[in-house]
Amino acid sequence: MRHDHLITSKQLSREDIETVLDHASEIDADPSSVAGRHAETLLGLLFFEPSTRTKMSFETAMKRLGGDIVDMGPVDSSSVKKGETLADTVRVIEGYADALVVRHPKQGAATMASEFVDVPLLNAGDGAGHHPTQTMLDLYTIRENAGLDDLTIGIMGDLKYGRTVHSLAYALTNFETQQHFISPESLQLPREVVYDLHQQQDGAGIREHDSLEEILPSLDVLYVTRIQRERFPDENEYQKIAGEYQIDADTLEAASDDLTIMHPLPRVDEIAPEIDETDHAAYFEQAHNGVPVRMALLDLLLSDDKGIRGEADE
Amino acid sequence: MSDEHDHHDGDADHELRVSKIRDGTVIDHVRGGQALNVLAILGIDGTNGEEVSVGMNVPSNRFARKDIVKVEGRELSQDEVDVLSLIAPDATINIVRNYDVVEKHRVERPGVVEGVLSCPNAGCITTGDEPVISRFSVLEDGVRCSYCETIVRDEIASLIDT
Ligand SMILES: [Zn+2]
Repeated sequence: MRHDHLITSKQLSREDIETVLDHASEIDADPSSVAGRHAETLLGLLFFEPSTRTKMSFETAMKRLGGDIVDMGPVDSSSVKKGETLADTVRVIEGYADALVVRHPKQGAATMASEFVDVPLLNAGDGAGHHPTQTMLDLYTIRENAGLDDLTIGIMGDLKYGRTVHSLAYALTNFETQQHFISPESLQLPREVVYDLHQQQDGAGIREHDSLEEILPSLDVLYVTRIQRERFPDENEYQKIAGEYQIDADTLEAASDDLTIMHPLPRVDEIAPEIDETDHAAYFEQAHNGVPVRMALLDLLLSDDKGIRGEADE
Repeated sequence: MSDEHDHHDGDADHELRVSKIRDGTVIDHVRGGQALNVLAILGIDGTNGEEVSVGMNVPSNRFARKDIVKVEGRELSQDEVDVLSLIAPDATINIVRNYDVVEKHRVERPGVVEGVLSCPNAGCITTGDEPVISRFSVLEDGVRCSYCETIVRDEIASLIDT
Protein backbone atom coordinates (compact mmCIF):
# COMPACT_ATOMS: atom_id res chain seq x y z
CA MET A 1 0.00 0.00 0.00
CA ARG A 2 1.34 3.40 -0.89
CA HIS A 3 1.40 6.21 1.61
CA ASP A 4 2.30 9.75 0.81
CA HIS A 5 4.09 12.03 3.17
CA LEU A 6 3.77 15.79 3.18
CA ILE A 7 7.25 17.16 3.79
CA THR A 8 7.69 20.28 1.69
CA SER A 9 5.58 22.34 -0.65
CA LYS A 10 8.26 21.66 -3.27
CA GLN A 11 7.04 18.11 -3.69
CA LEU A 12 3.65 19.32 -4.87
CA SER A 13 2.70 20.10 -8.44
CA ARG A 14 0.01 22.55 -9.43
CA GLU A 15 -2.34 19.62 -9.90
CA ASP A 16 -1.60 18.25 -6.42
CA ILE A 17 -2.18 21.65 -4.85
CA GLU A 18 -5.47 22.04 -6.68
CA THR A 19 -6.59 18.59 -5.56
CA VAL A 20 -6.07 19.61 -1.94
CA LEU A 21 -7.62 23.07 -2.29
CA ASP A 22 -10.65 21.75 -4.16
CA HIS A 23 -11.21 19.17 -1.47
CA ALA A 24 -10.84 21.84 1.23
CA SER A 25 -13.50 23.91 -0.58
CA GLU A 26 -15.89 20.96 -0.56
CA ILE A 27 -15.31 20.42 3.15
CA ASP A 28 -15.63 24.14 3.88
CA ALA A 29 -18.97 24.24 2.05
CA ASP A 30 -20.31 21.09 3.67
CA PRO A 31 -18.33 19.80 6.68
CA SER A 32 -20.87 17.00 7.18
CA SER A 33 -19.71 15.42 3.92
CA VAL A 34 -16.63 14.07 5.68
CA ALA A 35 -17.86 13.87 9.26
CA GLY A 36 -17.06 10.50 10.75
CA ARG A 37 -15.14 9.36 7.67
CA HIS A 38 -12.06 8.57 9.75
CA ALA A 39 -13.66 7.18 12.89
CA GLU A 40 -11.18 4.98 14.80
CA THR A 41 -8.27 6.80 13.19
CA LEU A 42 -5.55 8.10 15.50
CA LEU A 43 -3.24 10.94 14.59
CA GLY A 44 0.08 11.05 16.46
CA LEU A 45 1.25 14.54 17.38
CA LEU A 46 4.98 14.94 17.93
CA PHE A 47 5.78 18.53 18.73
CA PHE A 48 9.43 18.88 19.66
CA GLU A 49 8.93 22.60 19.99
CA PRO A 50 5.76 24.27 21.18
CA SER A 51 3.16 25.51 18.72
CA THR A 52 -0.19 25.42 20.41
CA ARG A 53 -2.02 26.90 17.45
CA THR A 54 -0.80 24.48 14.82
CA LYS A 55 -1.34 21.58 17.18
CA MET A 56 -4.91 22.65 18.01
CA SER A 57 -5.66 23.05 14.33
CA PHE A 58 -4.51 19.50 13.57
CA GLU A 59 -6.41 18.18 16.57
CA THR A 60 -9.59 19.93 15.50
CA ALA A 61 -9.23 18.67 11.94
CA MET A 62 -8.71 15.05 13.02
CA LYS A 63 -11.64 15.15 15.45
CA ARG A 64 -13.94 16.70 12.87
CA LEU A 65 -13.11 13.76 10.61
CA GLY A 66 -14.27 11.46 13.40
CA GLY A 67 -10.83 10.42 14.62
CA ASP A 68 -8.77 11.28 17.64
CA ILE A 69 -5.22 12.22 18.54
CA VAL A 70 -2.41 10.80 20.62
CA ASP A 71 -0.03 13.45 21.81
CA MET A 72 3.60 12.94 22.74
CA GLY A 73 3.24 15.91 25.08
CA PRO A 74 5.88 18.51 25.76
CA VAL A 75 9.48 17.48 25.17
CA ASP A 76 10.31 18.12 28.84
CA SER A 77 8.27 15.16 30.00
CA SER A 78 9.07 12.72 27.21
CA SER A 79 11.79 10.23 26.36
CA VAL A 80 13.36 12.88 24.19
CA LYS A 81 14.57 14.58 27.32
CA LYS A 82 16.47 11.40 28.08
CA GLY A 83 18.28 11.67 24.79
CA GLU A 84 16.16 9.51 22.51
CA THR A 85 16.70 10.21 18.84
CA LEU A 86 13.93 11.43 16.57
CA ALA A 87 14.38 8.29 14.48
CA ASP A 88 13.57 6.12 17.53
CA THR A 89 10.70 8.30 18.71
CA VAL A 90 8.86 8.16 15.38
CA ARG A 91 9.36 4.42 15.10
CA VAL A 92 7.78 3.92 18.51
CA ILE A 93 4.84 6.26 18.00
CA GLU A 94 4.22 4.89 14.52
CA GLY A 95 2.97 1.79 16.34
CA TYR A 96 0.33 3.82 18.16
CA ALA A 97 -1.02 5.99 15.36
CA ASP A 98 -2.26 5.87 11.76
CA ALA A 99 -0.44 9.03 10.74
CA LEU A 100 2.12 11.33 12.34
CA VAL A 101 2.47 15.09 12.55
CA VAL A 102 6.01 16.22 13.37
CA ARG A 103 7.30 19.62 14.34
CA HIS A 104 11.00 19.78 15.16
CA PRO A 105 13.56 22.56 15.53
CA LYS A 106 16.06 21.02 13.09
CA GLN A 107 15.95 21.45 9.34
CA GLY A 108 15.40 18.24 7.44
CA ALA A 109 13.87 16.55 10.52
CA ALA A 110 10.64 15.62 8.74
CA THR A 111 12.52 14.30 5.70
CA MET A 112 14.63 12.10 7.91
CA ALA A 113 11.72 10.97 10.10
CA SER A 114 9.71 9.98 7.03
CA GLU A 115 12.49 7.60 6.01
CA PHE A 116 11.93 5.61 9.21
CA VAL A 117 8.15 5.16 9.11
CA ASP A 118 5.50 3.56 6.90
CA VAL A 119 2.52 5.67 7.99
CA PRO A 120 1.87 9.07 6.36
CA LEU A 121 3.94 11.79 7.98
CA LEU A 122 3.07 15.47 7.84
CA ASN A 123 5.70 18.11 8.46
CA ALA A 124 4.36 20.78 10.81
CA GLY A 125 7.57 22.80 10.66
CA ASP A 126 11.25 21.79 10.63
CA GLY A 127 13.36 24.62 11.98
CA ALA A 128 14.06 27.19 9.30
CA GLY A 129 12.93 24.66 6.70
CA HIS A 130 9.35 24.02 5.62
CA HIS A 131 5.81 24.23 6.92
CA PRO A 132 3.70 22.88 4.08
CA THR A 133 0.31 22.73 5.82
CA GLN A 134 0.63 26.46 6.55
CA THR A 135 1.44 26.93 2.88
CA MET A 136 -1.68 25.06 1.82
CA LEU A 137 -3.92 27.19 4.01
CA ASP A 138 -2.17 30.32 2.73
CA LEU A 139 -2.78 29.21 -0.86
CA TYR A 140 -6.39 28.42 -0.02
CA THR A 141 -6.90 31.89 1.45
CA ILE A 142 -5.25 33.56 -1.55
CA ARG A 143 -7.40 31.55 -3.94
CA GLU A 144 -10.58 32.46 -2.08
CA ASN A 145 -9.75 36.16 -2.00
CA ALA A 146 -7.80 36.96 -5.13
CA GLY A 147 -7.29 33.82 -7.20
CA LEU A 148 -3.94 32.13 -7.77
CA ASP A 149 -3.39 33.08 -11.40
CA ASP A 150 -2.77 36.62 -12.66
CA LEU A 151 -1.80 37.33 -9.10
CA THR A 152 0.57 40.06 -7.92
CA ILE A 153 1.62 39.36 -4.37
CA GLY A 154 3.91 41.24 -1.99
CA ILE A 155 5.56 39.20 0.77
CA MET A 156 6.99 41.44 3.46
CA GLY A 157 8.94 41.25 6.72
CA ASP A 158 11.43 38.66 7.89
CA LEU A 159 12.11 36.77 4.70
CA LYS A 160 15.37 35.30 5.89
CA TYR A 161 14.15 33.13 8.75
CA GLY A 162 10.49 32.89 7.83
CA ARG A 163 9.88 29.33 6.70
CA THR A 164 6.24 30.13 5.94
CA VAL A 165 7.48 32.57 3.37
CA HIS A 166 9.88 30.15 1.72
CA SER A 167 7.29 27.42 1.38
CA LEU A 168 4.66 29.81 0.08
CA ALA A 169 6.97 31.46 -2.44
CA TYR A 170 7.97 28.11 -3.81
CA ALA A 171 4.39 26.87 -4.11
CA LEU A 172 3.34 30.06 -5.91
CA THR A 173 5.79 29.37 -8.72
CA ASN A 174 3.28 26.77 -9.89
CA PHE A 175 0.88 29.58 -10.78
CA GLU A 176 0.89 32.72 -12.90
CA THR A 177 2.12 34.95 -10.13
CA GLN A 178 4.35 37.99 -9.86
CA GLN A 179 6.07 37.83 -6.47
CA HIS A 180 7.56 40.90 -4.78
CA PHE A 181 9.71 40.34 -1.71
CA ILE A 182 9.96 43.32 0.60
CA SER A 183 12.41 43.31 3.51
CA PRO A 184 15.32 45.11 5.12
CA GLU A 185 18.57 44.05 3.51
CA SER A 186 19.63 42.03 6.53
CA LEU A 187 16.47 39.91 6.33
CA GLN A 188 16.33 39.20 2.60
CA LEU A 189 15.45 35.77 1.25
CA PRO A 190 18.30 33.29 1.69
CA ARG A 191 20.21 32.75 -1.56
CA GLU A 192 19.21 29.07 -1.49
CA VAL A 193 15.58 30.09 -1.73
CA VAL A 194 16.21 32.60 -4.49
CA TYR A 195 18.14 29.89 -6.34
CA ASP A 196 15.17 27.52 -6.06
CA LEU A 197 12.68 30.14 -7.15
CA HIS A 198 14.74 30.99 -10.20
CA GLN A 199 15.17 27.32 -11.04
CA GLN A 200 11.45 26.94 -10.90
CA GLN A 201 10.22 30.06 -12.61
CA ASP A 202 13.13 31.49 -14.66
CA GLY A 203 13.24 34.49 -12.34
CA ALA A 204 10.80 36.54 -14.36
CA GLY A 205 8.18 36.46 -11.62
CA ILE A 206 10.52 37.34 -8.75
CA ARG A 207 11.56 40.82 -7.55
CA GLU A 208 13.21 41.95 -4.32
CA HIS A 209 12.63 45.39 -2.76
CA ASP A 210 13.62 47.21 0.41
CA SER A 211 10.47 49.31 0.56
CA LEU A 212 6.77 48.64 0.14
CA GLU A 213 5.98 52.07 -1.24
CA GLU A 214 6.89 51.59 -4.88
CA ILE A 215 4.94 48.39 -5.45
CA LEU A 216 2.02 48.65 -3.03
CA PRO A 217 -0.42 50.08 -5.61
CA SER A 218 0.09 47.08 -7.92
CA LEU A 219 -0.54 44.38 -5.29
CA ASP A 220 -3.56 42.07 -5.10
CA VAL A 221 -2.30 40.45 -1.90
CA LEU A 222 0.12 41.66 0.79
CA TYR A 223 1.44 38.89 3.02
CA VAL A 224 2.99 40.37 6.16
CA THR A 225 5.29 38.51 8.55
CA ARG A 226 6.75 39.52 11.85
CA ILE A 227 10.23 40.97 12.18
CA GLN A 228 11.56 39.58 15.42
CA ARG A 229 13.40 41.64 17.97
CA GLU A 230 16.04 38.98 18.51
CA ARG A 231 17.29 39.36 14.94
CA PHE A 232 18.75 42.75 15.86
CA PRO A 233 21.68 43.56 18.11
CA ASP A 234 19.99 46.50 19.81
CA GLU A 235 16.55 47.83 20.53
CA ASN A 236 16.97 51.12 18.63
CA GLU A 237 18.03 49.39 15.47
CA TYR A 238 15.07 47.03 15.75
CA GLN A 239 12.56 49.84 16.34
CA LYS A 240 13.90 51.83 13.44
CA ILE A 241 13.87 48.99 10.93
CA ALA A 242 10.73 47.19 12.05
CA GLY A 243 8.85 50.49 11.97
CA GLU A 244 9.41 50.74 8.24
CA TYR A 245 7.60 47.47 7.65
CA GLN A 246 4.45 48.10 9.65
CA ILE A 247 1.18 48.96 8.01
CA ASP A 248 -1.74 51.08 9.14
CA ALA A 249 -4.63 52.95 7.53
CA ASP A 250 -2.28 55.65 6.22
CA THR A 251 -0.07 53.12 4.49
CA LEU A 252 -3.07 51.67 2.74
CA GLU A 253 -4.15 54.96 1.14
CA ALA A 254 -1.91 54.02 -1.78
CA ALA A 255 -3.26 50.46 -2.02
CA SER A 256 -5.90 49.05 -4.32
CA ASP A 257 -9.40 48.80 -2.81
CA ASP A 258 -9.28 45.06 -3.44
CA LEU A 259 -6.00 44.48 -1.64
CA THR A 260 -6.11 41.39 0.58
CA ILE A 261 -3.86 41.49 3.64
CA MET A 262 -2.64 38.22 5.14
CA HIS A 263 -0.49 37.32 8.13
CA PRO A 264 0.36 33.86 9.56
CA LEU A 265 -0.31 35.19 13.11
CA PRO A 266 0.47 35.82 15.87
CA ARG A 267 1.15 39.45 15.02
CA VAL A 268 2.65 42.02 17.33
CA ASP A 269 2.52 45.45 15.75
CA GLU A 270 3.11 44.75 12.05
CA ILE A 271 -0.55 45.38 11.24
CA ALA A 272 -2.41 48.12 13.11
CA PRO A 273 -5.68 46.94 14.72
CA GLU A 274 -7.57 49.62 12.76
CA ILE A 275 -7.14 47.45 9.66
CA ASP A 276 -8.92 44.48 11.23
CA GLU A 277 -12.36 45.88 10.48
CA THR A 278 -11.62 46.72 6.86
CA ASP A 279 -12.32 44.48 3.87
CA HIS A 280 -8.56 44.16 3.40
CA ALA A 281 -8.07 42.01 6.49
CA ALA A 282 -8.03 38.27 5.72
CA TYR A 283 -5.74 37.05 8.52
CA PHE A 284 -8.40 35.67 10.85
CA GLU A 285 -10.13 33.95 7.95
CA GLN A 286 -6.67 32.60 7.03
CA ALA A 287 -6.25 31.12 10.53
CA HIS A 288 -9.71 29.54 10.38
CA ASN A 289 -8.90 28.01 7.01
CA GLY A 290 -6.31 25.87 8.75
CA VAL A 291 -9.03 23.46 9.79
CA PRO A 292 -10.72 22.63 6.45
CA VAL A 293 -7.35 22.56 4.71
CA ARG A 294 -5.85 20.16 7.28
CA MET A 295 -9.04 18.09 7.13
CA ALA A 296 -8.60 17.85 3.37
CA LEU A 297 -4.94 16.87 3.68
CA LEU A 298 -5.63 14.25 6.35
CA ASP A 299 -8.58 12.84 4.45
CA LEU A 300 -6.49 12.49 1.28
CA LEU A 301 -3.44 11.06 3.05
CA LEU A 302 -5.45 8.63 5.16
CA SER A 303 -7.58 7.27 2.33
CA ASP A 304 -5.94 4.32 0.63
CA ASP A 305 -7.37 5.26 -2.73
CA LYS A 306 -6.53 8.96 -2.79
CA GLY A 307 -3.19 10.45 -1.74
CA ILE A 308 -2.19 13.96 -2.63
CA ARG A 309 0.19 13.27 -5.45
CA GLY A 310 -0.28 11.97 -8.95
CA GLU A 311 2.66 9.63 -8.54
CA ALA A 312 4.60 8.17 -5.67
CA ASP A 313 8.08 9.50 -5.17
CA GLU A 314 10.98 7.08 -5.13
CA MET B 1 43.30 5.50 -24.59
CA SER B 2 43.18 9.21 -24.04
CA ASP B 3 44.80 11.72 -26.31
CA GLU B 4 46.48 13.27 -23.34
CA HIS B 5 48.67 10.45 -22.25
CA ASP B 6 51.21 11.72 -19.78
CA HIS B 7 54.27 10.44 -21.49
CA HIS B 8 53.56 11.75 -24.95
CA ASP B 9 52.10 15.20 -24.52
CA GLY B 10 53.45 18.61 -23.69
CA ASP B 11 53.66 17.75 -20.05
CA ALA B 12 56.46 15.32 -20.67
CA ASP B 13 59.18 17.79 -19.82
CA HIS B 14 57.71 18.22 -16.43
CA GLU B 15 57.31 14.57 -15.76
CA LEU B 16 60.68 14.49 -14.10
CA ARG B 17 59.44 16.73 -11.38
CA VAL B 18 57.33 13.93 -10.04
CA SER B 19 58.85 10.51 -9.75
CA LYS B 20 57.39 7.48 -11.47
CA ILE B 21 55.53 4.94 -9.46
CA ARG B 22 55.55 1.18 -9.78
CA ASP B 23 52.05 0.24 -8.59
CA GLY B 24 49.37 2.66 -7.58
CA THR B 25 47.39 5.61 -8.79
CA VAL B 26 48.30 8.79 -10.61
CA ILE B 27 45.69 11.49 -10.35
CA ASP B 28 46.42 13.93 -13.09
CA HIS B 29 44.87 17.19 -14.31
CA VAL B 30 43.82 18.23 -10.86
CA ARG B 31 43.06 21.94 -10.80
CA GLY B 32 46.04 23.93 -9.61
CA GLY B 33 46.10 24.24 -5.84
CA GLN B 34 43.75 21.32 -5.11
CA ALA B 35 46.35 18.57 -4.60
CA LEU B 36 46.30 18.76 -0.82
CA ASN B 37 42.52 18.51 -0.85
CA VAL B 38 42.80 15.43 -3.03
CA LEU B 39 45.06 13.89 -0.41
CA ALA B 40 42.60 14.89 2.31
CA ILE B 41 39.79 13.12 0.45
CA LEU B 42 41.88 10.00 0.22
CA GLY B 43 42.63 10.28 3.91
CA ILE B 44 46.34 10.48 3.21
CA ASP B 45 48.39 12.58 5.57
CA GLY B 46 51.64 10.65 5.40
CA THR B 47 51.37 9.20 8.89
CA ASN B 48 50.76 5.69 7.58
CA GLY B 49 53.95 5.63 5.59
CA GLU B 50 52.34 5.90 2.15
CA GLU B 51 54.71 6.88 -0.60
CA VAL B 52 53.20 9.99 -2.14
CA SER B 53 54.50 12.49 -4.66
CA VAL B 54 52.75 15.72 -5.33
CA GLY B 55 53.36 18.15 -8.18
CA MET B 56 51.77 21.50 -7.66
CA ASN B 57 51.14 24.21 -10.21
CA VAL B 58 52.86 22.28 -12.96
CA PRO B 59 52.44 23.93 -16.40
CA SER B 60 49.81 22.07 -18.40
CA ASN B 61 48.29 22.10 -21.84
CA ARG B 62 44.77 21.83 -20.61
CA PHE B 63 44.96 24.36 -17.77
CA ALA B 64 47.46 27.08 -17.16
CA ARG B 65 48.58 25.11 -14.11
CA LYS B 66 47.68 21.72 -12.80
CA ASP B 67 48.48 19.52 -9.85
CA ILE B 68 49.45 15.85 -10.00
CA VAL B 69 49.19 13.36 -7.17
CA LYS B 70 50.88 9.98 -7.28
CA VAL B 71 50.20 7.41 -4.63
CA GLU B 72 52.25 4.25 -4.49
CA GLY B 73 50.50 1.00 -3.64
CA ARG B 74 46.97 2.30 -3.61
CA GLU B 75 44.10 2.02 -6.12
CA LEU B 76 41.08 4.27 -5.62
CA SER B 77 37.61 3.02 -4.78
CA GLN B 78 34.54 4.28 -6.62
CA ASP B 79 33.49 6.29 -3.55
CA GLU B 80 36.82 8.04 -3.49
CA VAL B 81 36.61 8.81 -7.19
CA ASP B 82 33.07 10.20 -6.72
CA VAL B 83 34.15 12.68 -4.09
CA LEU B 84 37.30 13.50 -5.99
CA SER B 85 35.10 14.57 -8.86
CA LEU B 86 33.61 17.32 -6.73
CA ILE B 87 36.87 19.19 -6.26
CA ALA B 88 38.78 17.94 -9.30
CA PRO B 89 36.12 17.54 -12.01
CA ASP B 90 38.70 17.38 -14.80
CA ALA B 91 41.00 14.87 -13.19
CA THR B 92 42.20 11.77 -14.95
CA ILE B 93 42.88 8.68 -12.92
CA ASN B 94 45.67 6.40 -14.06
CA ILE B 95 46.03 3.03 -12.48
CA VAL B 96 49.62 1.92 -12.69
CA ARG B 97 50.86 -1.63 -12.41
CA ASN B 98 54.48 -2.52 -12.85
CA TYR B 99 55.26 1.00 -14.19
CA ASP B 100 52.58 0.76 -16.90
CA VAL B 101 49.33 2.66 -17.03
CA VAL B 102 46.83 -0.21 -17.22
CA GLU B 103 43.67 1.82 -16.81
CA LYS B 104 42.97 5.44 -17.42
CA HIS B 105 39.69 7.14 -16.81
CA ARG B 106 38.16 10.52 -16.33
CA VAL B 107 36.21 11.14 -13.16
CA GLU B 108 32.46 11.39 -13.49
CA ARG B 109 30.33 13.49 -11.25
CA PRO B 110 27.81 11.32 -9.44
CA GLY B 111 24.20 12.49 -8.93
CA VAL B 112 24.42 11.91 -5.21
CA VAL B 113 27.18 11.38 -2.66
CA GLU B 114 26.30 9.51 0.51
CA GLY B 115 28.12 9.32 3.80
CA VAL B 116 31.22 11.15 2.66
CA LEU B 117 30.52 14.80 3.37
CA SER B 118 29.09 16.28 6.54
CA CYS B 119 26.60 19.12 6.46
CA PRO B 120 27.99 22.52 7.53
CA ASN B 121 24.58 23.70 8.78
CA ALA B 122 24.47 23.35 12.56
CA GLY B 123 20.66 23.44 12.35
CA CYS B 124 20.55 20.35 10.12
CA ILE B 125 19.09 17.12 11.48
CA THR B 126 22.12 15.19 10.17
CA THR B 127 24.49 17.06 12.50
CA GLY B 128 22.98 15.60 15.70
CA ASP B 129 22.97 12.05 17.05
CA GLU B 130 20.42 10.69 14.60
CA PRO B 131 21.22 7.39 12.88
CA VAL B 132 21.26 9.00 9.46
CA ILE B 133 23.85 8.91 6.69
CA SER B 134 24.55 12.27 5.11
CA ARG B 135 23.35 12.65 1.55
CA PHE B 136 24.20 15.43 -0.87
CA SER B 137 22.94 15.90 -4.35
CA VAL B 138 25.55 17.14 -6.78
CA LEU B 139 24.72 20.39 -8.55
CA GLU B 140 26.51 21.86 -11.51
CA ASP B 141 28.48 24.16 -9.24
CA GLY B 142 28.31 22.64 -5.78
CA VAL B 143 26.55 20.16 -3.55
CA ARG B 144 23.29 20.34 -1.66
CA CYS B 145 22.28 18.60 1.56
CA SER B 146 19.26 16.37 0.88
CA TYR B 147 17.93 17.03 4.37
CA CYS B 148 18.26 20.75 5.13
CA GLU B 149 18.84 21.83 1.48
CA THR B 150 21.90 23.92 2.27
CA ILE B 151 23.97 24.52 -0.85
CA VAL B 152 27.75 24.50 -0.60
CA ARG B 153 29.72 25.85 -3.53
CA ASP B 154 33.13 26.63 -2.10
CA GLU B 155 35.44 24.57 0.06
CA ILE B 156 33.60 21.31 -0.46
CA ALA B 157 36.78 19.58 0.63
CA SER B 158 36.32 21.01 4.11
CA LEU B 159 33.08 19.00 4.47
CA ILE B 160 34.81 15.69 4.06
CA ASP B 161 33.95 13.44 6.93
CA THR B 162 37.19 12.15 8.35
ZN1 LIG C 1 22.04 19.58 6.01
